[in-house]
Amino acid sequence: MGEQRIRVLIAKPGLDGHDRGAKVLARALRDAGMEVIYTGLRQTPEQIAATATQEDVHVVGLSCLSGAHLELFPRVVELLKEHGADDILVLGGGTIPAEDISVLKERGVAEVFTPGASTQEVVEFVKRSVNL
Amino acid sequence: MFDRDALLSLEQQKDAWERGPVAKTLEQFGERSEQFRTTSELPVERLYTPLELAEADYQRDQGLPGEYPFTRGIQPTMYRGRLWTMRQYAGFGNAEESNRRYKYLLEQGQTGLSVAFDLPTQIGYDSDHSLSRGEVGKVGVAIDSLADMELLFDGIPLDQVSTSMTINAPAAILLAMYAALARKQGVALDKLRGTIQNDILKEYVARGTYIFPPQPSMRLVSDTFAFCAEQLPNWNSISISGYHMREAGCNAVQEVAFTLANAIAYVQAALEAGLDVDTFAPRLSFFFDAHNDLLEEVSKFRAARKLWARIMKERFGAVKARSQMLRFHTQTAGSALTAQQPDNNVVRVTLQALAAVLGGTQSLHTNSREEALALPTEDSVRLALRTQQVIAHESGVGNTVDPLAGSYYVEALTREIEDRVTAYIEKIDELGGTARAIEQGYIQREIQESAYTHQKEVESCERVVVGLNKYRIAEEPPTNLLRLDPEVERREREKLEQLRGRRDNAHVTTTLEGVRKAAAGRENLVPRIQEAVEAYATLGEICDVLRGEFGVHQASVVF
Repeated sequence: MGEQRIRVLIAKPGLDGHDRGAKVLARALRDAGMEVIYTGLRQTPEQIAATATQEDVHVVGLSCLSGAHLELFPRVVELLKEHGADDILVLGGGTIPAEDISVLKERGVAEVFTPGASTQEVVEFVKRSVNL
Repeated sequence: MFDRDALLSLEQQKDAWERGPVAKTLEQFGERSEQFRTTSELPVERLYTPLELAEADYQRDQGLPGEYPFTRGIQPTMYRGRLWTMRQYAGFGNAEESNRRYKYLLEQGQTGLSVAFDLPTQIGYDSDHSLSRGEVGKVGVAIDSLADMELLFDGIPLDQVSTSMTINAPAAILLAMYAALARKQGVALDKLRGTIQNDILKEYVARGTYIFPPQPSMRLVSDTFAFCAEQLPNWNSISISGYHMREAGCNAVQEVAFTLANAIAYVQAALEAGLDVDTFAPRLSFFFDAHNDLLEEVSKFRAARKLWARIMKERFGAVKARSQMLRFHTQTAGSALTAQQPDNNVVRVTLQALAAVLGGTQSLHTNSREEALALPTEDSVRLALRTQQVIAHESGVGNTVDPLAGSYYVEALTREIEDRVTAYIEKIDELGGTARAIEQGYIQREIQESAYTHQKEVESCERVVVGLNKYRIAEEPPTNLLRLDPEVERREREKLEQLRGRRDNAHVTTTLEGVRKAAAGRENLVPRIQEAVEAYATLGEICDVLRGEFGVHQASVVF
């Protein structure tokens, strides 16, 4: 049988419509050999957690440029836990001030990528962190 | 434009120059690159001469400022008469806080207002809606009802300013609120100057604040065109925007092409709704991005003006000169800013702003240095405004009209962009127009392809971004970024509760029923919306009624 591939859900929680970064990253992860699902805009944390569980992904990448990350990202982490899916790696990206990054990490977001981060950094982080 | 014999002789001279000094220099030193390209991948030659313009015809291609095809500008005297409007996009938190920022900007010499709304307002939810959680007051000001608009413009007489409102799906509602406020201030509607963005088509491909499906959305657009033509003769009923598609990743050629294709769709919709082209076309306005590739951007603006004039005259038979003029606002490129070494962004913004001015913009927003990280502080916004003021008063570029005209390179590039945009518009026409092209995901794919290519070029260092992939330094994350008051959301919820307690709720219900009936039928919706707004119905309540009649847009995911 073929070897298992890393499965990633890229999601846009909240009302933010900036999806350039999310889509570029989705393509870069796919080009790096991963299976990628992109949710599209305006997903509630509930929808994201449900999709992540149903699709049995290894990683959820959350993108938010509206400033609502402190409200939305930890909520996804909590809901995954409630679904018994706390083995899923949760990553964040967007215009996120440095002082918020530590808050997000304390609340279960594994890593946060901010403007200027390369897609290769994300690819390498995912490969390092997911053990198939 | 040039004498045939002179061109022939120049051709021989250039040929000898290439075989002689150029070949020798290349042999010794080479060039920095095998091929040079603009940011939008247009090829750039070593040298431009009259040979590249051999087919050009001055009167046909450029003309005089204020005259068809308006390549050189829409007014005869341009900035010698009046400088462009300096209009910084601003708004955050609640109406009171944004009102303070507007007054500050006006005190600092800003000449027009530009309102940023928060996402719940843009998507038609009140501040107390569950989907608004975490988003209230974040990317703009939260406006739930006319009561908030009263606070937002407190102490600002509406006949003294021009106001641009970045609002799309619920544009008719915010326009109705502004008109209602004018009445309260005792200002006649024909004295109101400003713009609603009202450009729903680009929301489906780039900006994402759509609510309703395309068809009823286009009806709302046509309704506002008709309303403005009748009641607000000095108001721009739409700002057809390339900015957000460019920010989403497309290049300069695509930006102009997709914007004009959308513009064609709005004109067609209005004509189908029975409006006469010369009644609404004079109030169509545009909004473009200004990037770093200075001369490409200048050429882009010139080409866009020329193309639009031709489209309006030849395709739609517009007769009034004002119907053929492409008037536009420019914002410098947010996507070109870096979070690394943010002070470098001041230099980028200067170049971009210069491009907009050399390209003949009517108004301009300059971004602040830390906008890759957060909303700007007052100090940073002042610096961004000062950048415009230095260009206006110290650089001298506004003292003559269209100063780069006649540059062999700029004229050749203007024509190149024009040709490529024309090819794109033909392609979109073949697909059945922009609405069909969006439905098929064509526009989205074009934008994404360009965005991905750009990212790969940056990561491979093929494209240098100073401070990001070259000339990096170790730096601490910046401090003193603007922090929003976390209490805003709670206070807005309380304000709404109080409003719902003190207004005449029976009257609200009646006016909302009026909106519902108008939406189900064919009458112009704006007057009904106005009645609801004046009864202090909230934006969310009005949008809920419209959602009930129109349904909501289900985006297809293209990536």
